[in-house]
Amino acid sequence: MAKLSKDEKIIQIVGVSKVFDETVAVDNIDLYVRKGEFITFLGPSGCGKTTTLRMIAGFDIPTSGKILLNGKDITNLPPNKRPVNTVFQRYALFPHYNIYDNIAFGLKLKKIPVTYVNDKGETYTKMQKLTRKEIDEKVKNALSVVDLEGFEKRSVSTLSGGQQQRVAIARAIVNEPEILLLDEPLGALDLKMRKEMQIELKEMHRKLGITFIYVTHDQEEALTMSDTIVVMKDGKIQQIGTPTSIYNEPANAFVADFIGDSNIFNGTMVAPRTVRFCNKNFDCLDDFEKNEKVDVVVRPEDIRMTYPEDGMLKGKVISVVFKGVHYEITVKVRKTEVIVQSTESREMGDTIGLVIQPDGIHIMKKEFTINKYDGYITKKNTVVFGDGEFECDVTKLYPGSHLDEEGYLITANGEQIDLTDVDVNVEVEFKDIEISDNAEEGGTQGHIVSIIYKGDHYQVIVRTEENEEDFVLDTEDLWNENDFVGVKIAPENIRLTLKQENNK
Amino acid sequence: MTAFRFSRKQLCIPYALFLILFVVIPMLLILFYAFTGEGANGNLTFTFGNFINFFTSTAKLSTLLMSFTIAIISTALCLVIAYPLAYILARSHWKKKYVLLMLFIMPMWINFVLRITALRELLDLVGLLGKENYLNTIIGMVYDFLPFMILPLYTTLEKIDNSYLEAASDLGGNKLTVFTKVTFPLSMPGVISGITMVFMPSMTNYVVSDTLSNFNITILGKLIDEYFTTFNNWNMGSMISIILLVIIFVTMLLTGGFKDNKNEARGANLW
Amino acid sequence: MVKRILSIAFCVLVLLFIYSPILLLVVYSFTDSTVIGQWKGFSFSLYADLFKSAEIMGILFNTIWLALAAATLSTILGTAGAIGIFYSRKRISAPIKAASQIPIINAEIVTAIALALLFSMTALYRTYFSLIIGHMVLCTPFVVLSVMPKLKQMDPNVYEAALDLGATPSKALFKVVIPQIFSGIMAGFMLSITLSLDDYIITAFTKPKTFDTISTYVYNAVKNGTNSSTPALRALSALIFVVMIAAVLIINLRAKKTKEDRK
Repeated sequence: MAKLSKDEKIIQIVGVSKVFDETVAVDNIDLYVRKGEFITFLGPSGCGKTTTLRMIAGFDIPTSGKILLNGKDITNLPPNKRPVNTVFQRYALFPHYNIYDNIAFGLKLKKIPVTYVNDKGETYTKMQKLTRKEIDEKVKNALSVVDLEGFEKRSVSTLSGGQQQRVAIARAIVNEPEILLLDEPLGALDLKMRKEMQIELKEMHRKLGITFIYVTHDQEEALTMSDTIVVMKDGKIQQIGTPTSIYNEPANAFVADFIGDSNIFNGTMVAPRTVRFCNKNFDCLDDFEKNEKVDVVVRPEDIRMTYPEDGMLKGKVISVVFKGVHYEITVKVRKTEVIVQSTESREMGDTIGLVIQPDGIHIMKKEFTINKYDGYITKKNTVVFGDGEFECDVTKLYPGSHLDEEGYLITANGEQIDLTDVDVNVEVEFKDIEISDNAEEGGTQGHIVSIIYKGDHYQVIVRTEENEEDFVLDTEDLWNENDFVGVKIAPENIRLTLKQENNK
Repeated sequence: MTAFRFSRKQLCIPYALFLILFVVIPMLLILFYAFTGEGANGNLTFTFGNFINFFTSTAKLSTLLMSFTIAIISTALCLVIAYPLAYILARSHWKKKYVLLMLFIMPMWINFVLRITALRELLDLVGLLGKENYLNTIIGMVYDFLPFMILPLYTTLEKIDNSYLEAASDLGGNKLTVFTKVTFPLSMPGVISGITMVFMPSMTNYVVSDTLSNFNITILGKLIDEYFTTFNNWNMGSMISIILLVIIFVTMLLTGGFKDNKNEARGANLW
Repeated sequence: MVKRILSIAFCVLVLLFIYSPILLLVVYSFTDSTVIGQWKGFSFSLYADLFKSAEIMGILFNTIWLALAAATLSTILGTAGAIGIFYSRKRISAPIKAASQIPIINAEIVTAIALALLFSMTALYRTYFSLIIGHMVLCTPFVVLSVMPKLKQMDPNVYEAALDLGATPSKALFKVVIPQIFSGIMAGFMLSITLSLDDYIITAFTKPKTFDTISTYVYNAVKNGTNSSTPALRALSALIFVVMIAAVLIINLRAKKTKEDRK
């Protein structure tokens, strides 16, 4: 293992933002890289990870903020003056040079101080280019590091993708950089090759002892190789930590979902260290305020299958897929699908019980500003969600559309669409839900389970009986807990979007 | 901290200056000259006089009309000759068809004044020179600009994937419907490119009309030349240029030729 | 079968149309006759006249150096321009591109008189300067058009890779970018030479009074009715035809062959 010294920060990124033509690629991030570590920027495309790397390399200049290298400000230093080398995603080898000239490119430009003694015995230093012999030697060494001995005279176009990748690495490390930047270097390789290169890169990192900054969207790659992972999304850092801590203690639902497979449930804290989801109460280790809405993350391998009567949850197996080492079993618990990973298999249609231990339940604060439901459109052009049926304006699904007299939707360009059973996402704002003493009024009904005073209004949660769907609403009236109420939402306040583009 | 950084972007500065100085400003000068003239007191004044003069002069209007006719006939002839030729070449399975194509577009590389003079000798030999001025001019235009019609047509026809044609006949199209419904519509970009390449020069390249009509036919380009060199009336010459520009602009709009397809015909793949 | 014969016949007919004037001139360049159609026996005397004529040789020389000078300058300006445009933001590159299209779309006569108007205001009217600028206006936009696609094909990271390995921006440009777009630069240069050699109208409006290229000389000879009486010009034309046809065939066919060999 490369030695990590806690205090030696080779790179410090201080409040750095990068804006391209009004889109914010990187949004005020702070982070440091320790000398000698293997750090990975992980995130989906467009999360700002590559831009961050490019700012460290010097290809992009931050819009604001500072980048320090060994404590010195290098924010505006051009790339050719930085002791940093990059391995590009598509290799970026020079097609008009052979392998030797590609690798020697940086060496030929380099000048090093050489100390001489003159006649009078005084010493003086001169900046000198490397000799041909020194360059030959270094190129040979670099080629042996990447297992391509004897490839000097080959031309780039005769090499396979994997070999080109190795040349790109050799071309970078031959300059003995303090930091090696790798921008999705394995993205263009096939799976088998990628696995091999992961191991080799890790080995190279160990041997060279320099800092590796790695960018990838592949969570598995990040988990296998890194000392530290920086998870990014929308230009912001979501979490920084070791692979283990990020996997076991994801900071939020995004990280949990992005790293590894996970079940994410909507839950509510019902008592100290007790969370309710899937209509059941579970003991857990995290504590939040009572009645707080939370995201509950459970890793598939943390769910144990048992007999139906012994399970905390009971459900029916709806799919079984063999994944090589384990089975991935999808269990339908009431309306929710729960994914379980196990070395044991079950038959489709089996009714089984599920057990989750407290340490397998990860609870995260929910960024909660709007009610979200899954729904579908009925024949009558109403929408079913939250255990009820509501009047709505389906023409909002297609801009410029209208309904004909038979209730079919006519789009702006005259197409006729039958919306029956189309799946939709439903969003309703807190302020747009009304409740009524008359439970028969409105689209659905439920009990008030929580009332929180928010200074100038009350935040009320109404829970339905059948599937325990929650409606969160803001009201100025005072209600009592456990009141059974009707939930009313005006059609224009039900925001509908199609689940997926089913029209071209 | 803010050291000057050489940037690749700065390389466009000399070219931008060049374009402003030698393309944009000269064009503005034409505009300026077109709408000015000598006033009563000999001073430079703004005037629509040149414009009115052009559209009230029967001689100028008939020149315009005649230029138009010559250009339309020449372009149509080029298309009628070049389309079947390009089609035969593009659809042929002969391995070395590019050699044949080279032979057809070869004149692009040879000085056109020399080629037109050679044609003049031939027309002289067969006894047309001095007798059939219009015919000679049209033959000359077709002779000069035919390669510029063949090349874009060949390029687009060659690119049409055979599977489209197979699909069309598979769906029950006979040879004629396959051509009219599939091949021809798909070759439209080439047709348009060819037309824009031929039409405008046929209205303006007065070397062809002068040489082959013994200086008896005046096309629009020649008229501009005469106002500059013979009549020394630069204002009128500029006005005719503006009218010509409007015609070019309108044809470009009509044919949608404001795309980068001109370089295909004349530029990129010539060498 | 009938279709095939008709196709071949049509091709032959068009080829005949294209090459008969050229052939006529080549054939009659080998006889010492003032008029075409009058064969006075095989002779090289027209060629002898041609090479003895200081006037025609001077014009040939003028035409060639003008083409070389204009093409070289256009290629440098256009290559730099293309690189600059390619790496600039749209707000800057779009107007330059649009202005660059003007000489391509415009009628040559309009470009010519526009330049004449500009230069007539200065002392540079009808000098070598105005002549070369005229030819550059004609050629440079085409250089930009030839170089641009090569820049688009280039891996965008290659330039950055050179900087990353320690090259200064100008070194990176010359060692990495230029070699990769070189074929486009060469194509632009060759095209410029062709355009310059071919030009009559712009040359006529920008050249110094006593300067002539082949185009202006031949046109004026026709104008003054001296064409037929200068049989040596026939030899010059014939020579140019044969040399150009040979050169174009060799260069293009070889380029085509290497392309196919690579496949």
